[in-house]
Amino acid sequence: MTDTDTQGGRIVKLAVLVIAALLLFAPFLFQDIRSLEVAARICVFIVLVASYDLLIGYTGIVSFAHTMFFGFGAYGAAISLKQMGPGWDAVIVGAVAGIAVSVVIAIAIGLLSLRVKAIFFAMITLAAASVAMVLASQLSHFTGGEDGITYRTPDIFKTATKLMVNDEGKVARLFGVKLNGKLAAYYFVFASSLILFTVILRLVGSPIGTVLKAIRENEARAEAIGYRVVAYRTFVFCFAVVIASLAGTIYAIWLKYTGPDTALSFTIMIDILLMVVIGGMGTMWGVVIGATLLVLAQYYLRDLMGSAAEALSDLPLLPYVLDPDRWLFWLGIIFILLVYFFPKGIAGTIAARGSRA
Amino acid sequence: MSLLSLKTMQTQIGQYAVLHDVTMDVPQGGVFVLLGRNGAGKTTTLRSIMGLWKPSPGSVTFRGQDITGLHTADIARLGIAFVPENMGIFGGLTVEENLILATAKGTFDPDRLQRVYRLFPALETFWTKQAWSLSGGQKQMLSVARAIIEPRELILIDEPTKGLAPSIIDAMAEAFREIAEHATILLVEQNFEFAKSLGRDMAVIDDGRIVHRGTMADFVVDKALQDRLLSLSA
Repeated sequence: MTDTDTQGGRIVKLAVLVIAALLLFAPFLFQDIRSLEVAARICVFIVLVASYDLLIGYTGIVSFAHTMFFGFGAYGAAISLKQMGPGWDAVIVGAVAGIAVSVVIAIAIGLLSLRVKAIFFAMITLAAASVAMVLASQLSHFTGGEDGITYRTPDIFKTATKLMVNDEGKVARLFGVKLNGKLAAYYFVFASSLILFTVILRLVGSPIGTVLKAIRENEARAEAIGYRVVAYRTFVFCFAVVIASLAGTIYAIWLKYTGPDTALSFTIMIDILLMVVIGGMGTMWGVVIGATLLVLAQYYLRDLMGSAAEALSDLPLLPYVLDPDRWLFWLGIIFILLVYFFPKGIAGTIAARGSRA
Repeated sequence: MSLLSLKTMQTQIGQYAVLHDVTMDVPQGGVFVLLGRNGAGKTTTLRSIMGLWKPSPGSVTFRGQDITGLHTADIARLGIAFVPENMGIFGGLTVEENLILATAKGTFDPDRLQRVYRLFPALETFWTKQAWSLSGGQKQMLSVARAIIEPRELILIDEPTKGLAPSIIDAMAEAFREIAEHATILLVEQNFEFAKSLGRDMAVIDDGRIVHRGTMADFVVDKALQDRLLSLSA
């Protein structure tokens, strides 16, 4: 019996289905701009983290350059939309350019370093990511430097765009939600993310996914039954960077801004690692849970702490400890507790507990 | 012509020369047993054949083709299966996934699958279980099953009885006899009783050198030779 067939596995799947349903109906359930922002970020990060989990969780490849490939996709779209104007042709050119650059660099890194020890590979990817950060900052006439690039996206995503109008010629509403370009942009992000996530799921469930898991467990054994480990590692590295690059393009279209902080920062890389660890390495359901929890914590933990501090204002010390400015400290505490109580990540641990029950 | 031929094979691991001169021919069909004391170089010989360690100098010829220096994956695809000493299974994968990995097309030949079920009924019972949850004997069965789920001409098996209960060893011997009707087995073993019940031809390795070659029947009756080549006190 595999982990996902257990009672715990079913609980995890149910949690993922609930998250998926909430994301699907997010514009109707949470009718404020910030909530939509959070939902879109969760969608994009599920794809980004899933592609990273293919590397670290399924194949045992530790890369610190995943954000770089995310950035290539984002900058590809940003630069082409800025240069060519807000059309779909620019989006396609930007996405293809981002993928092309990502794949060329992934093949170079992969063939040069995927046959060496994991630590050397990790160091090489770290160096590559640093170079990309510096280049994005230095080539300011091209990338906008530290300020980044602001641009317009296809007209259908403009907030003023009316997807449907009512009898008075105003934008129509469905359950109180305006059917405008913002809604179209969200569903573009949701649908694109869903497609990419499904593609990753198909890969994981295919014979190639089984080979990747075998390579993660024991490279020599995988080779001894006829699999060229370097070829498979290079393939999965390229596949993961293509997905990461496309996730970058989607995020760039949503944000209408691309800069080092939103597309290349090491903070994003750390977020990705935390999401994988919190959800559970080597489980796609865990990715959904990890990405959702961390993004929610990043956006709402401050608010939650503020409310808690206010509610406990009569008590000594607690309001001080729960001051919203200390949210990162509490995020760290929560992370430590999660690792302690869920050593295989939330999805991995719950599924495993279910199997013993 | 022999199926597998090793000529003056020498293998160095790091600074240490483990194999000094391994020369032997494994004929087609039946079970060829490689005996030797602990640390004599038995496992290194098998791993060198598989290309997991590169012999230099020396050569490995399979069906007349020089396979020295070939990539391990290419050697496996030529029709050589390897059952390593530590039950080389993938613990995080199910029994089914472990076996499907060893198929060329990712699908099972129904006849071969039935044969595996017949030889090792426990594998059918635990088909969807993750391999780490199997007992030691079941893991060894899975490891051997993976080697025969596709047609292989040569199966290298490294100490399959290590740590197994006598009843499992008997079942394993039966399975090997049947497997040897369709493929050649190169068996590395320290359990002499098990080895002599299966082997047709044999060799003894000591300190990285082949020190004896012959038939198992002759070796079994020569107690003095057994004592000299295999006893711990020698």
